[in-house]
Amino acid sequence: MIHSAITVDPISPNDVLGRVGSDEDGAVLLFLGVVRNHADARPVSGMRYDSYQEMAAEVLAAIATEAADRANSDRIAVVHRIGELQIGEVSVAIAVSSPHRAEVYEASRYVIEEIKKRLPVWKKEHYSDGASTWVKGTVPPVESDPDGIDSTASLGKDSKGVQA
Amino acid sequence: MTVPVRTLFFAAYRDRLGVSELSVDVPENSTVADLVAELRGRGAPWDLLPEEPAIAVNRTYAFLDEPLSEGDEVAFIPPVAGG
Repeated sequence: MIHSAITVDPISPNDVLGRVGSDEDGAVLLFLGVVRNHADARPVSGMRYDSYQEMAAEVLAAIATEAADRANSDRIAVVHRIGELQIGEVSVAIAVSSPHRAEVYEASRYVIEEIKKRLPVWKKEHYSDGASTWVKGTVPPVESDPDGIDSTASLGKDSKGVQA
Repeated sequence: MTVPVRTLFFAAYRDRLGVSELSVDVPENSTVADLVAELRGRGAPWDLLPEEPAIAVNRTYAFLDEPLSEGDEVAFIPPVAGG
């Protein structure tokens, strides 16, 4: 079953992992995105995640469905947390299972890369010196229009940054 | 004749503008680009919005030439940084 959620509650990796797997699956993969203690060389003390929650829930569900197609499996779960997070806390968890390994690696990678491209979530880094800054993000692409003229197009000119 | 749309601002845009939500009356048959131009034309701090921001209309990313209808939810989406 495909599961996706935006949550303010701490993420339990075991719960996310428990949503995938079946007797036909020989590969199970869990990815965790975790708040780290530095940005480049600057010490970071924590991170605030904001979202456009209604849209983020819809986009995350769409990403999970697309990834399931790639994995040829409906066993996929992705949870993204919002709110104030401490160093070491899990911001995103992605679990996938499939009969073989290639598909789970591809699907998991697809989910995290698409999250970074188009999930309407923002993060503000809190630095150890007391300052805070919104992390430079990625301009989301607009879906192809019904006429199929513009297959992809990016709107916005105020960002060049790509966050690792 | 004007119609109201609901505009939403997030993260850096919300901080810059000091507002998270605003009802805006736009002329009938306005596009997303018309709305952006109307807001930017209000001067500071609205002119801090990009000329061509990423926009979602009713929770779907939209082109700037997309027409607006009464009651649309128009979100100004700063560059995203999830994960």
